[in-house]
Amino acid sequence: MNANAHLHRLTANFANNSSLVEHLTQRASVIRRLAISAIYHAGSGHPGGSLSCADLLSTLYGAELNIDPALPLATDRNRFVLSKGHGAPALYSAWAAYGHIPKSEALALRKIGRKAQGHPHVLDFPLAETSTGSLGQGFSTAIGMALGLRHQKISARVYTMLGDGELQEGEVWEGAMSAGHFGLSNLCAIIDYNKLQSDDRNQNIMALEPLAQKWRAFGWHAVEIQGHDISAILASFDEARSIAARPTVVIAHTVKGKGVAYMEDQPLWHGSVKLSREQTEAALASLATSSEDVKEMLDGSR
Amino acid sequence: MAAASPLLIASNGDSLREAFGKALTEVASEIQSVVVLDADIAGGTGVHHFRKAYPDRFFQFGIAEQNMMAAAGGMAATGLIPVVTTFAVFCLRALEQARLSIAYANRNVKIVASHPGLDVGPDGGSAQSLEDLAAFRAIPGMTVISPADAEEMRQATRAVLKFDGPVYMRTGRSPSVHIFGPGHRFEIGKGQILREGSDVSLVACGVEVSRALDAAGILARDGISARVINMPTIKPIDQELLVAASVETGCIVTAEDHNIFGGLGGAVSEAIVQSAPCPIEFIGVRDVFGQSGEPGELAEHYQLTGPFIADAARRAIARKKAIRK
Repeated sequence: MNANAHLHRLTANFANNSSLVEHLTQRASVIRRLAISAIYHAGSGHPGGSLSCADLLSTLYGAELNIDPALPLATDRNRFVLSKGHGAPALYSAWAAYGHIPKSEALALRKIGRKAQGHPHVLDFPLAETSTGSLGQGFSTAIGMALGLRHQKISARVYTMLGDGELQEGEVWEGAMSAGHFGLSNLCAIIDYNKLQSDDRNQNIMALEPLAQKWRAFGWHAVEIQGHDISAILASFDEARSIAARPTVVIAHTVKGKGVAYMEDQPLWHGSVKLSREQTEAALASLATSSEDVKEMLDGSR
Repeated sequence: MAAASPLLIASNGDSLREAFGKALTEVASEIQSVVVLDADIAGGTGVHHFRKAYPDRFFQFGIAEQNMMAAAGGMAATGLIPVVTTFAVFCLRALEQARLSIAYANRNVKIVASHPGLDVGPDGGSAQSLEDLAAFRAIPGMTVISPADAEEMRQATRAVLKFDGPVYMRTGRSPSVHIFGPGHRFEIGKGQILREGSDVSLVACGVEVSRALDAAGILARDGISARVINMPTIKPIDQELLVAASVETGCIVTAEDHNIFGGLGGAVSEAIVQSAPCPIEFIGVRDVFGQSGEPGELAEHYQLTGPFIADAARRAIARKKAIRK
């Protein structure tokens, strides 16, 4: 897909950019509510990193990937790989928010016999594109996809999202070196840079900065944005599509737990945690959910 | 019972890696979606033949096996048939990538490992992969193959490229002993009786097949009739052939250039113990790491050669007789 086609789609579906942003913002809120509800019902899951990437996922599925619901596995589809596989609750919720799967499927998280496993599995959901959960591997797989598509002269783009803690995996830098070397302009990596990982802040575990310089040194075009600013996310994807001969990394500065006041920027909410009913109610309330919706999310059929 | 395969015993054939590289290049002319991924050792793995013939289908990933292995999964997701090549020990390095991004995702990727086991020789213990068959065999959905000679390697290469699913296949560095003539028929999941026998069955893969044949010759001089079975597919193992061997000969020796734990010996034991148990002796490296030396010297040192297989056969037969008394 080229930039003109993208603009054409935007103008076709939305009167102007601000109505598109409003739409994507509203769906991001749906993603957050579904993800929190799913984690509550599952009794475990990663809320912090699901909330931090909701705006990015909403923009990808709502405006950038252009996946045709009738042909979700078309050869020339754009692909998205959630390399930070623990963000699965947000991914399933994004699919549900944009009609690719029923909400009930997204809410049946981590349940035996159901598809929405703790980390995405391509044999459960073809839309997952690959199976992730072991950090670094989704990124390498996305690189292989971009290389394979280019080799076969298929003009699709590949997007992949990495967590910031994930960047401590050596495989990520093997991959970064190879994508730069191969000049994969059809590849866009997005870093959900929420500054926190499982045990503590990145800088206390293993410092990542200077991050943009690292990627540039590996041959990438690097863009830094505020990862909750939908207009900035849209602009960064436009920019990525315009870059020739190099892959692009969008370093999206985000807030872990974004949208739920008591979770924001708290390492405690990274991990696979059990949400109490009270905590879930408080979270849904802070996500501007109506009281009817809260009741449906907490007690509705799944 | 399967008919014995036609044999052609001679020495100093093509190494298995050379046979693989040539066969790969040949099959690639028929299957355009075959691509090769290399980690800076194309000359060592045999894929330099492919690189020369199809430079645009050859992907150099540098010395970065983890990224290469997972990227192969991604390339397969776009419809290509990636052949990932490196030394066996570096396949272990990327084992988790093979598990998640290839096997778990059910990708049609062929992992072809040269320099397995003691066959690496002088590079020493660090380079000698004696664990790969066990490790890859434990991955659900992974087919594991270790051909015995150049002819079988050629046929196996064609077979795995036409097979839909993840495969781990060992090649080899040393000149191989010619075992099979062109009349040999390799089939994934099937073993073959190379020599009929009734007192004991010697089940071998890779470089140990010719040594098992040596052992059968040694045993014959003592009046012991040993059946020799070539078992190139370690997973899925040919259970029918093994059960018949157990029932008809009453004891088994397995032989592999690998740790005695978890490889061919483990696979054979698992296959027969539930339906036709019998005494089994294991020839392989006995749960230690290797060391530098020529492959032949190492095979002697770690007791993998014909005379040691013959001794193991005598032990197995004695155990069988003790049970039957």
